[in-house]
Amino acid sequence: MLLTIRSLTKTFPGTLALDDVRFDLAAGEVHALLGENGAGKSTLIKCLTGAYRPDAGEITLDGAVVAPRSTGEAQELGIGTVYQEVNLLPNLTVAQNLCFGREPRRFGLVSSRGMKAMAEGMLDGYGLDIDVGRDLGTYSVAIQQIVAIARAVALSGKVLILDEPTASLDAREVEMLFDVVRGLRAQGLGIVFVSHFLDQVFDLSDRVTVLRNGRHIVTEDIAALDRVRLIEHMLGHALEDEVEARNAGHLEARRPPMLHFEDMARRGVIEGFDLEVGQGEVVGLAGLLGSGRTESAELLFGLRAATAGTARDQEGPLTLDSPRAAVRAGFGFAPEDRKTDGIVADLSVRENIALALQARRGWARPIPRAEQQRLAEMYIERLDIRTSDAEKAVGDLSGGNQQKVVLARWLAMNPRFLILDEPTRGIDVGAHAEILRLIHQLTDEGMSVLLISSELDELIAVSDRVIVVRDRRHVAELTGAGISTETIVHAIAQHARKDGEAA
Amino acid sequence: MQTLRRLAPQIVTLLAVCLLVTLFFPGFLDISMSGGRLVGPVIDILKRSAPVALLAIGMTLVIATRGIDLSVGTVIAICGAVAAWAIAGGMGLWAAVALAIGAGLLAGLWNGVLVAVIGIQPIVATLILMTAGRGIAQLITEGRILTFTDPGFAWFGSGTLFGMPVPAVIWIVTGVVMAQLMRRTALGLLVEAIGINRRASALAGVNALVLLIAVYMASGLCAALAGIITAADIRGADANNAGLWLELDAILAVVIGGNSLLGGRFSIAAALLGALIIQTIDTGILLAGFPSEYNLVIKAGLVVIILVLQSPRLATEWYFWRRSVREGPPPATTKEHAR
Repeated sequence: MLLTIRSLTKTFPGTLALDDVRFDLAAGEVHALLGENGAGKSTLIKCLTGAYRPDAGEITLDGAVVAPRSTGEAQELGIGTVYQEVNLLPNLTVAQNLCFGREPRRFGLVSSRGMKAMAEGMLDGYGLDIDVGRDLGTYSVAIQQIVAIARAVALSGKVLILDEPTASLDAREVEMLFDVVRGLRAQGLGIVFVSHFLDQVFDLSDRVTVLRNGRHIVTEDIAALDRVRLIEHMLGHALEDEVEARNAGHLEARRPPMLHFEDMARRGVIEGFDLEVGQGEVVGLAGLLGSGRTESAELLFGLRAATAGTARDQEGPLTLDSPRAAVRAGFGFAPEDRKTDGIVADLSVRENIALALQARRGWARPIPRAEQQRLAEMYIERLDIRTSDAEKAVGDLSGGNQQKVVLARWLAMNPRFLILDEPTRGIDVGAHAEILRLIHQLTDEGMSVLLISSELDELIAVSDRVIVVRDRRHVAELTGAGISTETIVHAIAQHARKDGEAA
Repeated sequence: MQTLRRLAPQIVTLLAVCLLVTLFFPGFLDISMSGGRLVGPVIDILKRSAPVALLAIGMTLVIATRGIDLSVGTVIAICGAVAAWAIAGGMGLWAAVALAIGAGLLAGLWNGVLVAVIGIQPIVATLILMTAGRGIAQLITEGRILTFTDPGFAWFGSGTLFGMPVPAVIWIVTGVVMAQLMRRTALGLLVEAIGINRRASALAGVNALVLLIAVYMASGLCAALAGIITAADIRGADANNAGLWLELDAILAVVIGGNSLLGGRFSIAAALLGALIIQTIDTGILLAGFPSEYNLVIKAGLVVIILVLQSPRLATEWYFWRRSVREGPPPATTKEHAR
């Protein structure tokens, strides 16, 4: 093996980002690294490139144990990385980019002729016919990617990590890039390929490793896997017990309808969908990353204006053109990225919990301090928020506790419809179970919940109904006994298969 | 108690600066009553700090939203010009005041719309009015220094109320009203929230758009008051020099007040103390008898010292140093515990 990783572990405050992960890379193979957001892919890569120091575990390169402390050190060891966003300098020429930091010198001055020759030598074999004297920015992203690869290979030369390299390329450019990658594989480089386009993974890779929740799930030859199995690995198996417990709930009669959304759509973001939410019902949204799950929720909460569609409740039509309007309609939204969209880091737990309620009351009617204190203490106890006291800044809490503060903010509003986008991402197992229990409790009290999650276990465990989103469309609705890992995975995979046929 | 702890560094600094000036000029703290009004260097400082103090009030709020308002110095010139123009045109005292305040609010609205609605970075958005505004003021005064003789209006600059100079009364009252408005209502919390995380606040239903515009209008209002005082003081409007570079002093006052330029938590009282510190340094250097060429250099030196002493990193170092000294040799601590 060219590169072996054994029992790699990395923790961040409140999160176990990598838990005893192993990974092997042979010379002359393309090894795909897969997993949903927060699975630990980027943490693993950052440990490899020296951006993070692992807490435990061993990285062996060419038989020697290595512990890179910076990207520069990783490059010298032979590990080069190319990111989705080209991290070269577009305002310098191609040659300057390629030779950056080791320009050929003549009498102590940079020799432009020598640099041109050096750059052309580096690009030799990549099938590019470009003028290395022109600014890098004048070329397409695909060519910039290839230049970045050429630079990484020349600097490192053993392991090449491609982190979502195709995200902004069209089909023809992807082919061009893949030809280059195949060429490098033939030269004996070990290539780690990170992508969430499954077709490309099947097209290019030799082996696949799937991570989920920071844990190694499986490593297999690509030939031994089909799409359905792969998606199953990525999204996880059902926890049978939990499902049994909840399936009783699935069989209950349909709940009295409360909210009706008809033909909600935004051009280029999500195609029109209908959604009916019953009182006390949990509707799950399943789908892969980028399928339009989050976008659907943002439309419902007025975060993105809908270009079409109507919303109404039992009393009449609702306007949902802004978050404020949605809050007035009794909606709440705990967003996916709680650090940038959820918490107000420097404010205290008390102030964060009171924020939405205060915003609805208006600035002129402040919530009395004692009342804020009471609210904060109530939710700290009810949700078991681990904090020294209510005056601590939310930014100092762990991820799971921050999520609970965001939840408390909405619960204080007593909303009738709560949208939870990945409420359990990146939080520890204990808090995870508590949040699921809380969802049960809330819906028993009559609140309706829209749950978006990458974890099928979670969706299956709590949802009365699951809607599958793929390719920016709501494509399937599963109810009652029809909700299972298999049915969801099949509904998601169908699309991928169709895509494969078309290509 | 909490407020006092927040203000302690500024209060200590102000006292230290006063002490320093007293060393050079022993009569610094003398206050006497003369013709129904208080006189003395300290009273003079309270009066002269009015423009910067007023600007600092508005600037504190703008900076709390993670913005900055570079246009306030220019708005002083515009509002002064509007007031002088109205007085000279015989519109009467209160019309002049109302028009000047209106001009300040309008300037704030312009800044606020550029920042909140169009999304231009605050430093760029307010730079537009900072540079263009002097031209507007010159158009109003038709390029001359527009003078007037209206004792009623001049009262705002040189009058006396309860024995105090009117400008001092204006800024103190404005400061108290604004601080109470922020803390007795939820405005302070909401302003801090959008300054720390506008997107999360908007998601929680906070009307960030309106709040941002309101904050820039508050800054415009404060600048208008400062403009009225400046014009009334010299009984004329000087479009070129009124309020020149005062925006920088106001920002400095906010920073000396310990408010972060990255937005969030703010204290108006601390910013006002900052303005007083700046003015005390200014006046103190003159009283101490240094040649005027030294003023700016000495001021810069003192400001650097103040900011270094206030830096959080130094505070941490100091804390650890003191702790290590206090805990000293381990046996001593054990004895204390045993007791």
